[in-house]
Amino acid sequence: MKALCWYGKNDVRVETVPEPKILNPRDAIIKTTLTAICGSDLHLLHGCIPSMKQGDILGHEFMGEVLEVGTEAANLKKGDRVVVPFTIACGRCWFCQQGLTSLCDNSNPNALAAEKLYGYSASGLFGYSHIFGGYAGGQAQYVRVPFADTACQKIPDSVSDEQALFLSDIFPTGYMAAENCNIHPGDTIAIWGCGPVGQFAIKSAFMLGAERVIAIDDIPERLELAKTQGKAETLNFGNGDVVDKLKELTGGRGPDGCIDAVGMEAHGTSVDSLYDYAKQAVRLETDRPHVLRQAIQACRKGGTLSVPGVYGGMIDKFPIGAAFSKGLTFRMGQTNVHRYLKPLLDRIEKQEIDPSFVITDRYGLDCAAEAYKTFDKHEHGCIKVVLRP
Amino acid sequence: MEMVQRRHHNVPNIHQAERIGSIIAGSSLAIYGIRQALKYHSIPGAGLALAGAALIKRGASGYCDLYRALGVKTADHTTGPNTTIPYQQGIRVDRSITINATREQVYAFWRDLENLPRFMEHVHCVKQKDAKQSHWIIEGPAGQKLEWDAEIINEIPNELLAWRSLPGALVDNAGSVRFEHATAGRGTKVTVSLQYDAPAGQVGVMLAKLFGKDPEREVDAEMHRLKNIIEAGEIPTSKGQSTGRTDEHSRQVQKSATKQTEKVHDASEASFPASDAPSYSHINGR
Repeated sequence: MKALCWYGKNDVRVETVPEPKILNPRDAIIKTTLTAICGSDLHLLHGCIPSMKQGDILGHEFMGEVLEVGTEAANLKKGDRVVVPFTIACGRCWFCQQGLTSLCDNSNPNALAAEKLYGYSASGLFGYSHIFGGYAGGQAQYVRVPFADTACQKIPDSVSDEQALFLSDIFPTGYMAAENCNIHPGDTIAIWGCGPVGQFAIKSAFMLGAERVIAIDDIPERLELAKTQGKAETLNFGNGDVVDKLKELTGGRGPDGCIDAVGMEAHGTSVDSLYDYAKQAVRLETDRPHVLRQAIQACRKGGTLSVPGVYGGMIDKFPIGAAFSKGLTFRMGQTNVHRYLKPLLDRIEKQEIDPSFVITDRYGLDCAAEAYKTFDKHEHGCIKVVLRP
Repeated sequence: MEMVQRRHHNVPNIHQAERIGSIIAGSSLAIYGIRQALKYHSIPGAGLALAGAALIKRGASGYCDLYRALGVKTADHTTGPNTTIPYQQGIRVDRSITINATREQVYAFWRDLENLPRFMEHVHCVKQKDAKQSHWIIEGPAGQKLEWDAEIINEIPNELLAWRSLPGALVDNAGSVRFEHATAGRGTKVTVSLQYDAPAGQVGVMLAKLFGKDPEREVDAEMHRLKNIIEAGEIPTSKGQSTGRTDEHSRQVQKSATKQTEKVHDASEASFPASDAPSYSHINGR
C-alpha cells in the first residue's frame, strides 16, 4: 500500500509499504477514505519530536471503512464507516473510566521509555514517535486500529467524510481547549494561533458561552477565516505589543481565558523569541514558549490558561512569578477525544457546525509530501490539507 | 513479605573465622571492662564491657548491623535447610503497580500459575504439578533452557502468595506477591518482591542476561504487561506493523514479527526483554 513515511528532518515521502495486519484481538483494519495533515505533524517534519525512526508512517487524523476486525472487536463489522480518535485508549483502565482517554494506562507499548522522560506514560498516539508507542499512522491506504471496539465512532450517512474527519482530532481538540478555559457567560477568550485547532477553539468558545473571542495570528488568511467563519475579533501580532493590545481591548482587565493553540514552535520577533530560536538551534531548549509567556502575561488575574498546542520537552524563562502572582489556572494535555466523539457528532448532525469550513487544500495521498510543504509554508493561503487515498 | 523481611535480619553476613575472632575479642574486652568497672567504678570500663558484649553477640549470631548497612558480607554462601536466599547475594527487586480490578480477580489470575508466561516474557511454560508445586521452563536469550521446580510456601487467598525454589536449585530464589485494596476503590495494589541468588559461571551469566542491567525495569515491564492483560485484555504492541523502513535489519524484524510464531528480540527501545520467575532452580541446558 501507499503511505507517507518520515525519514528525517524535512524529509517525508510517499512509499510503498506492507499492508497492516491484525496483531491483537481488539484490533481492526481500516481502509482509509480521508485523512489530513495536522499542525502537530509539522513538529515531526521539523524534527522537534524525539524518538522518531526512519520509515515511521505519519498521520493521526483519519477515517475510513472497516475492512477486518479482530476476535474481540465484535461490535464492528466489515463496511462500517468510522472515524478514529488520534489518542489510542483501552477504555477500561482507571483513566479511561474517568474520561481521560489521552492518559490511558494500557495503550503505549513503550510506556517505560515514556516514564523515563515524563514520570508516567500517557496514551499511545497514531504516527507520533516511539515515545508514544511507535504506532503506524493514518496517512496511508490502510491503518491498523488498536482497541478498535472502543475507538471507532460510526458515522451516519447524513454526515460526509469531510464533515466527520475532524472528529479524529482538531474539532475535539479545539472544543476541549475552550472547555478547559472554564468559560462563564460573558467571558472574553483570547486565542493564540488561528490554525485549524484555533479555528475550532473560536467556535467552541462561543458554543460554551463566551461573549467575545479575540484571535491572534499574523497570517492574513487565517485571521480572515477567524473573522468570517468564527466571528472573532482579530489581532495581528506583527502590528505591535499583543499584551498591550489585549489589555486595551478588554478595558484594562485582560482576557478571562487564554488559549495557546500554537505550542512548541511559536514564531515571534520579540527579544525572548529570538532567544528561544537561538537556544533551540543549539539544543539547549527543545520548545519555544513565546506564546506561553505572552499568554501568562496577558491573562487576567485569576484567569485560566488552556494549552492544546503541543509541547514535548523543556522550556526556558517560564514566567512563573507572573502566573503565581495572578493566581492563574493551567489546563493542558492531549485531547480526550473519545468522550467528545458522540456529543460533537450530534452537533454536526444537527448542523450546528460544519467542520469542513477549515479545509483549503485537497490532495491525493500520492501528493502528500508536496502537501506537507504547502501546509508548512502556508503557500497560497493553505490552512488545512486533506488527503484522499 | 514478612518472610522476606525476616530473612533480612537473620542471615549471617560474617565469615566463620571472623565470628570466632569476634567472640574471643569480645570476651577479652568484656572481662577487662567488667574488671575495670568493678575496681574503679569507672564508666569507661562499663562501656568497654558493653562493647565486648556486642562483639560476642556479633560473633555468636554471625550477623553484623554495620556490615549490613555497608553492604559488606564476609560469610560463605551456604543455605541451610530452613533458608532460601542468603541476604545480599544476587538480585533483589521490589516493585508495585495498581491494577483496575478487584483483589479477587488479580489474585485468581496470578494463582493460576500457568497464566504467568503470558506476562513473563522468558518463562516458556509453567506446569502445575499439584496444589503447591509447579515445574518451570525458562528460555534464555540465546535459546538455552532452564528448568526447575518451585513450591508455594505461603498462601493467603486474595492477599498473599509466597514461593521458593526447591532444594537443589542452581539458582536459588524466592519471592512473594501481595494484593492490597488501592485507596478509594481504585483497584488493587500489587507488590512483587523477588530475590535471586546469582551463582558464578554460565548460569550466573545467563541470569544476568535475562535481567539486563536494570532488574527493576525488567520487573516493571512484566508488571505493566500483567496490568495490560487484566485491564485491557491484551498487551499493546506496535511490532509487526507496517513501516517504510528500508534497512535490512528492520525488514528482518518486520518479517519475523509478522510471522507471529517467533518472538522478536529487537534491540530497540521498543522491546523490553523480560525475566524473572518465581523460582529458578535446576538448570543445565537441554
